[in-house]
Amino acid sequence: MGGGIRQLLEQVHRLSRRCLFRVLSMGPLPTHLAFIMDGNRRYAKKRGLEDGSGHKAGFSALMSMLQYCYELGIKYVTVYAFSIDNFRRKPEEVQSLMDLMLEKIKSLLDKESIVHEYGIRVYFIGNLGLLNDQVRAAAEEVMKATAKNSRVVLLVCVAYNSTDEIVQAVKRSCVEKADRDVERIQLVDIEENMQMSVAPEPDILIRSSGETRLSNFLLWQTGNSQLFSPDALWPEIGLRHLVWAILNFQRSHSYLEKKKKQL
Amino acid sequence: MVSLFSVVLTFIGIILIPGLLISRRLSVPFSIRNILRFIKLAAASQNDDEEERNEKRGTMGEKEKRGGLPKHVAIILDGNRRWSQKRGLGTSDGHKAGARRVMENAKDCFAMGINTVSLFAFSTENWARPEVDEVNGLMSLFEENFRSELPFFQRDKIKISVIGNRTKIPQSLLGLIRETEEATKSYEGKHLILAIDYSGKFDILQACKSLAEKAKNGVIQVEDIDESVIDKELMTKCSDFPNPDLLIRTSGEQRISNFFLWQSAYTELYFPNVLWPDFGEAEYLQALTWYQQRQRRFGRRV
Repeated sequence: MGGGIRQLLEQVHRLSRRCLFRVLSMGPLPTHLAFIMDGNRRYAKKRGLEDGSGHKAGFSALMSMLQYCYELGIKYVTVYAFSIDNFRRKPEEVQSLMDLMLEKIKSLLDKESIVHEYGIRVYFIGNLGLLNDQVRAAAEEVMKATAKNSRVVLLVCVAYNSTDEIVQAVKRSCVEKADRDVERIQLVDIEENMQMSVAPEPDILIRSSGETRLSNFLLWQTGNSQLFSPDALWPEIGLRHLVWAILNFQRSHSYLEKKKKQL
Repeated sequence: MVSLFSVVLTFIGIILIPGLLISRRLSVPFSIRNILRFIKLAAASQNDDEEERNEKRGTMGEKEKRGGLPKHVAIILDGNRRWSQKRGLGTSDGHKAGARRVMENAKDCFAMGINTVSLFAFSTENWARPEVDEVNGLMSLFEENFRSELPFFQRDKIKISVIGNRTKIPQSLLGLIRETEEATKSYEGKHLILAIDYSGKFDILQACKSLAEKAKNGVIQVEDIDESVIDKELMTKCSDFPNPDLLIRTSGEQRISNFFLWQSAYTELYFPNVLWPDFGEAEYLQALTWYQQRQRRFGRRV
């Protein structure tokens, strides 16, 4: 009985979401959304839970967010899962995060996972050499398994730092143009060598927990992105934050389009 | 009967209508709690204004030096045109008001003990502004200000650096820039960086080109290129504190618009709604107070 009611409620939610998204689609929608998933540890502390459960709650919040984004028709979603700076945290915490990531990456390969439901192509962006062998192998397996999907794209930044990405791109550009005229290095040469070149630049960057800084995430790509910092901690992030971010985006969109045409 | 009617009308007049107006203005739902909150806020802000005014008159400089002050503040000067439109003035008046504000705020900043101030005066994307007069007007405004403010910079020992692509700047302005940089290059402790024809991506590109050149000539090995090597090649290498601690963009737009990209990896971003020509001492203090309350973790636990 309880399960039946829950299912009914879920259907009602889905239907009302569809109506809401129809209304939102009347205006311009972003193509690429980026998320900095900040606040998991503060959430766990707030609720008096043990340390690891904040990240688990964060993962569920991520799955809901992805579902809303793909229902809305947003093609690219990037998330900041683990920064190179985070390796400097206590070894126990780093290890538990790696274990959680391994578990969740493997779960993406399940038949019932969101990847198959929405036809998601998954990329793992970052200095994967810094990860332990198991996590790296799992990540590469997921990338290979989803390589044929083309409906929507999920980019997971793990062992990532934007400055590191830029350094690698600069190194590759230097090597490429070593025998030719270095004066002819253009912006496109650096951009082509960026790992994030598989996606366009993000339209909106959302950082939860109210902090307003980029923390070395997508520095090159967010030069013209709208920045949005709701106060909610990442596990508390919900549909209303996404809707608010998109409404703000729609408000400044026409002004931005005018500027882009001038360039 | 009539008295009841008049009571009801009075209630509507005195309580309901102002309540609706207040909740509409503040964009909060209409409820008793929000109205009481508004009344408390209004009373409190009266006191705050008074306190702030007293503080400013008194030992303002010492108070700010106590807490964690940013060493390098970067500012995107946005809102000049909107400011002039609001007042029915021309665009050039907006920019002139903005320029005046730059000089005043620079003085305040250095008085508060901040070492480096960077200003996004002109972006590479601004060349494409539709009104040609606006761009020319801006260039003459820069020239005028460099000429008139040089004695002030020399008196207060402020080092001036101009970063950006110099190839499109008119020769007269370029000459003035070189003269100003030369005249102030030996000063230390106060550094004003003006970004004219600057773009964050262009900065990284020129660093890449310079490194490619060095690699070609065998000065460095490509494998040795890392973050600190790039730090030394970026245009902000002229400063002791190349990475801003606080970046302020006025006029409420929440974007970096291709200002410092590499350098703002860990910068606290502050987006006040005020337009640049209205950004004065009080707003500055608010920004610094906000900055002092941030918890900066740089990826680790606090």
